[in-house]
Amino acid sequence: MKILVPLKRVPDPDTRIRLKPDGSGLDPDGVKFAVNPFDAIALEEALRWKERDPATEIVAVTIGGEEAIEQLRTGLAMGADRAVLVRATGPLDSLAVAKVLAALCQREKPDAVFMGKQAIDDDANQTGQMLAALLGVAQATFVSRLERDGTNRVRCARETDAGIETIEVDLRAVFTADLRLNEPRYVSLPGIMKAKRKPIEEHTVAGLGVDAAARTVLLKMELPPRRRTGVKVKTTAELVEKLRLEAKVI
Amino acid sequence: MPKILLLAEHADGALKAATAAAAGFAAKICAAAGGEFEILVAGSGLAGVATAASRLGAARVLVADDPALAEPLADRHAHVVVAAAKARGADWLVAASSTYGKDVLPRAAALVDAGMVSDVTGFEMTGDGIVFRRPMFAGNVIATVRLDSPVKAVSVRATAFPPHSAAEASPVEAFSLAADSIPGLSVFVRREVKIGARPDPVEARIVVSGGRALKNPEDFERVVGGLADALGGAVGSSRALVDAGITPNSLQIGQTGKIVAPELYLAVGISGAIQHLAGIKDAKIIAAINKDADAPIFEIADYGLVADVYTAVPELIALLRR
Repeated sequence: MKILVPLKRVPDPDTRIRLKPDGSGLDPDGVKFAVNPFDAIALEEALRWKERDPATEIVAVTIGGEEAIEQLRTGLAMGADRAVLVRATGPLDSLAVAKVLAALCQREKPDAVFMGKQAIDDDANQTGQMLAALLGVAQATFVSRLERDGTNRVRCARETDAGIETIEVDLRAVFTADLRLNEPRYVSLPGIMKAKRKPIEEHTVAGLGVDAAARTVLLKMELPPRRRTGVKVKTTAELVEKLRLEAKVI
Repeated sequence: MPKILLLAEHADGALKAATAAAAGFAAKICAAAGGEFEILVAGSGLAGVATAASRLGAARVLVADDPALAEPLADRHAHVVVAAAKARGADWLVAASSTYGKDVLPRAAALVDAGMVSDVTGFEMTGDGIVFRRPMFAGNVIATVRLDSPVKAVSVRATAFPPHSAAEASPVEAFSLAADSIPGLSVFVRREVKIGARPDPVEARIVVSGGRALKNPEDFERVVGGLADALGGAVGSSRALVDAGITPNSLQIGQTGKIVAPELYLAVGISGAIQHLAGIKDAKIIAAINKDADAPIFEIADYGLVADVYTAVPELIALLRR
């Protein structure tokens, strides 16, 4: 079995976000980058499947420039078998990313795609669903538990607004990981050493025959208005009074 | 001029309030740019939902009523969205950015090669057409985005738009699909619906939310649940309590949970991690009770009370019940 796991390079979730003065984008100065945490959860899930079925091959893939190799090395150090870098110049929107991944799936022919439900930079929550549509396969989004039976059917518990929903799909599907699917392992030193010997294959967006024209154009980034700090009250009675008479919300 | 197809959302025979907010967005777009919006309701046994949808000011309500659509499975519902958009010549696909909208809309968008913006909180008309505002980086950045594709897909953050309604009912008509055309890539197994009669925090006017100060499910129910009941509000929870198994996932408020914008958000023993604040910053009034005077929640709270929730909240409940 082969599982494809896309990994996106994003600012580390603990990084304080600063913008360039002209609002054209993130100020990259001093920003530490990491594998998108939801993608790390997806990779962890693939690794656990491999532990149960050692014949599984896990292929990590990312799209970007030279710098994104860092995230592929992290994926390899966690335990992916090999990695693919699709070189792209400039940012791609979700649909373009889905098209690149779909083209790669035509080559790699994975049995399943595991990926994060969203990237923590743009928070779009689109790519997995778009990829499933382009491949004409089922999607199981926001999954918190995956169970494969003896056949090629997978039971997926999904986190929805209404509660936990369980659906069943073929293994040949796109699964997008939610927070509680698992806790990703830390990279070990032997893992890092081994990762150095694992192959990274390269493609380009154009070489895969993908028209990656952006349909979604980011024009400007701004910091949101700050909420003003309010007042401290001394007693519960004062709190009730403020909420009743001043804020008029109860 | 935009021709908008708005995907309605419903559960247990009732239209979700988020759909009326998405209609508010669609009506605003039509007021600014011309055009009209139609509502698509997909499901099974939809008479009541269709009637409710006909009061949202749409030019038309299309009802795709089929047993194969009874559950909100993305491959099936996205198929209906695309079929209806093609039949009606719609060039905008709109839905609320609930887990349903997030699941279905991007799939439909890819099938018609549409660019998509998620979680839209505002828009404006410019010389280059309509530009959208949306949060990124857990709400720490507001982005301005343009869609360049002929067909556009937009998911709308329901708390950012007032619900829309109209005195005159929209015409309702059936949208029928060839029975064997609906895909069956996924199969519904079951849903574990959250228990209790309290309102959904996304739709409630008052949300009382509990954090790490609550030590077990019984305390959470007594303290947070009790206060919510005294105020007629919904309950919510920080991620810490969900991770600790004290509250169910469906109660989690924050960047990776639900985004709420109630009139009053009352944070009980919540420290205020940035991911949590991202989910509540549009609340009109935030009140917080926490033992730690330096908790970050106090930086954004309109009213703060430094106190142990185990003593302060029972006092509050007694005062409110008086």
